[in-house]
Amino acid sequence: MTHASRHLLLLGPLMGLLTLAYLVPFLGVLRWSVTLPEPGLGQYGRALTDPLIRSILWRTFRICAIVTVISVTAAYVLALIWVRAAPGLRLLFELFILIPFWISVLTRAFGWLALLSTRGLINTWAQSLGILSEPLTMVRNEFGVIVGMVHFLVPFAVFPLATSMRNLDERVLMAARGMGASRTRIFWQIFLPMTRTGVLGAALLVFVFALGFFVTPAILGGGRSVMAAELIFLRIFQSPDWGLGAAISVIMMVTVGILMALLLRLTGGTRQ
Amino acid sequence: MTQAAEIEARGIGKMFGNFAALSDVSFTIGRGEFLTLLGPSGSGKTTFLTLLAGFEAPTSGQLLLDGRDLTATPPETRGFGMVFQGYALFPHMTAEENIAFPLKVQRRSAADIRARVAAMIELMGLGGHGHKRPSGLSGGQQQRVALARALAYEPPVLLLDEPFSALDKNLRGQMQDEVRRLHRELGTTFVFVTHDQSEALALSSRVAIFEKGRLQQIAPPREVYDAPANRFVAEFLGDINILPVDLQAGRPQVEGRAVAIVTPGTGPLALRPEYMGLATSEPVTGNALPAHLDDLTYQGAETRLALTTRGGLSLILRLPTADVPQSLTPGSEVWATWDSARGFRL
Ligand SMILES: Nc1ncnc2c1ncn2[C@@H]1O[C@H](COP(=O)(O)OP(=O)(O)OP(=O)(O)O)[C@@H](O)[C@H]1O
Ligand SMILES: [Mg+2]
Repeated sequence: MTHASRHLLLLGPLMGLLTLAYLVPFLGVLRWSVTLPEPGLGQYGRALTDPLIRSILWRTFRICAIVTVISVTAAYVLALIWVRAAPGLRLLFELFILIPFWISVLTRAFGWLALLSTRGLINTWAQSLGILSEPLTMVRNEFGVIVGMVHFLVPFAVFPLATSMRNLDERVLMAARGMGASRTRIFWQIFLPMTRTGVLGAALLVFVFALGFFVTPAILGGGRSVMAAELIFLRIFQSPDWGLGAAISVIMMVTVGILMALLLRLTGGTRQ
Repeated sequence: MTQAAEIEARGIGKMFGNFAALSDVSFTIGRGEFLTLLGPSGSGKTTFLTLLAGFEAPTSGQLLLDGRDLTATPPETRGFGMVFQGYALFPHMTAEENIAFPLKVQRRSAADIRARVAAMIELMGLGGHGHKRPSGLSGGQQQRVALARALAYEPPVLLLDEPFSALDKNLRGQMQDEVRRLHRELGTTFVFVTHDQSEALALSSRVAIFEKGRLQQIAPPREVYDAPANRFVAEFLGDINILPVDLQAGRPQVEGRAVAIVTPGTGPLALRPEYMGLATSEPVTGNALPAHLDDLTYQGAETRLALTTRGGLSLILRLPTADVPQSLTPGSEVWATWDSARGFRL
């Protein structure tokens, strides 16, 4: 009891800061969503019935889900190599994983634009080599958005995965080998289930992060593949429709909250 | 399926960087033998087991299984069962699923697996715990699951790294009996690691004693206890009294008193505490040394006595409590006696 209260005391200032920085503005947004332009739940009704908004929300979740699956899978492979590699190779990997952190989202989005656009590097080369006769549309659509987002998010997923792989007791894998289990069986039946917590953590991190993406979809989606963050921005800053923008924000927050709760239940379930 | 195997180690050495965890270990583990590796912490017991199982390769030397070189065979092909120090259970599987795993690897039929798992749960006294994950089991229960998992699939060689360390005395005794019975029934080759001298002596057909990565002696329990190869082995296997022997005109003396010694050798005379006796006055015949009783510890059936001789030697005696005179208290002057047929020369 005293132990717990001492912890609370230590956490106090941080909690205070978080409350001020997140909770207060969020409550403000919540108030707008039920008061602007007039009091009531009308804005939620609009957000959930308006076909355009619904299609954008649906697209957002779809793209985020695809991005999460691709990013976590790629990060799993990277983390596996990173954790298991010889020291020299490991250093090289660390560089590859860390360098993207130092480059801004904006730079990276424009980088992909230069690479993927109709007159970009890939199309020009492929055409000059005769692989393609017509340029391939790889930006200003969902494909471009997904590529850009995955590229940004993979490094974030690597860390929770690598941590769960490092914490794994090597002897458990040895025990399985000693019983004659093949490497494939050990991977699917022992290694993967034992790193499940890392996978779920990485997936949640990537998904939540992806939901709030603004710059990448705006540049690589080119206004044709608008996602939720851009929609909220447009509602609040371009059309003075604060109530609707706020209602969409609250819907996103609640979704994230539900996902978090689900994840906690799932990872809590591995103990027992 | 089960065919007990003979394993030969030839000049096995293992370096970790500059540190020699094992040096020049050579011996043969017989078919169906129960060999115990005994030694202080850090003496290389676990290292030797991991080399046997194939998880690590020796830096030098060779391992042979029934005469075939085993050095390059990976652990999954060796198929030796191993119970790890610290259990190494699969944390995401229940006790039953843990035990079933190696059976599934062997592609046994579902009915066979179910029957074997149930039999192992029963054998290990784990009834009612089969559906629990390792984190929901006590240390002793986890250890028994690990044992069950290794026994279930009947490997030709079983390597057990301190499999009873987390068990209380009663359970430990039961599991020792169980393991001994299984060994008799299965005829599998067992290599067992323990810190516990009496466990080693009780279970094994032979005991291999390690110190600092070197094999000190390998012999049947009676022999390592009664005829240790060197002072380390003698002291490691339990309390021992060491009496320096002088020769006076060709006759042996201890602390200036003439003694009769029939055991061969020239070094000091070593006597186990249980082979010494106590007298309250100087005996008429036989070997005896006058001493001061420092301490007396009642241990139930036995009493342990700490003595200091007039010459300043510390002695330990272990007597049946029934043989200790009730009048004896610390501070008494007594005589330590022994039969000249007992003991050995170091
Ligand atoms: N992977 C390793 N790297 C470096 N040193 C190691 C490694 N494994 C073991 N050692 C060293 O080798 C020595 C023998 O270790 P080992 O685990 O075989 O001892 P042990 O006899 O099993 O001891 P215990 O009874 O405490 O389990 C120890 O000094 C240990 O520090
Ligand atoms: Mg050990």
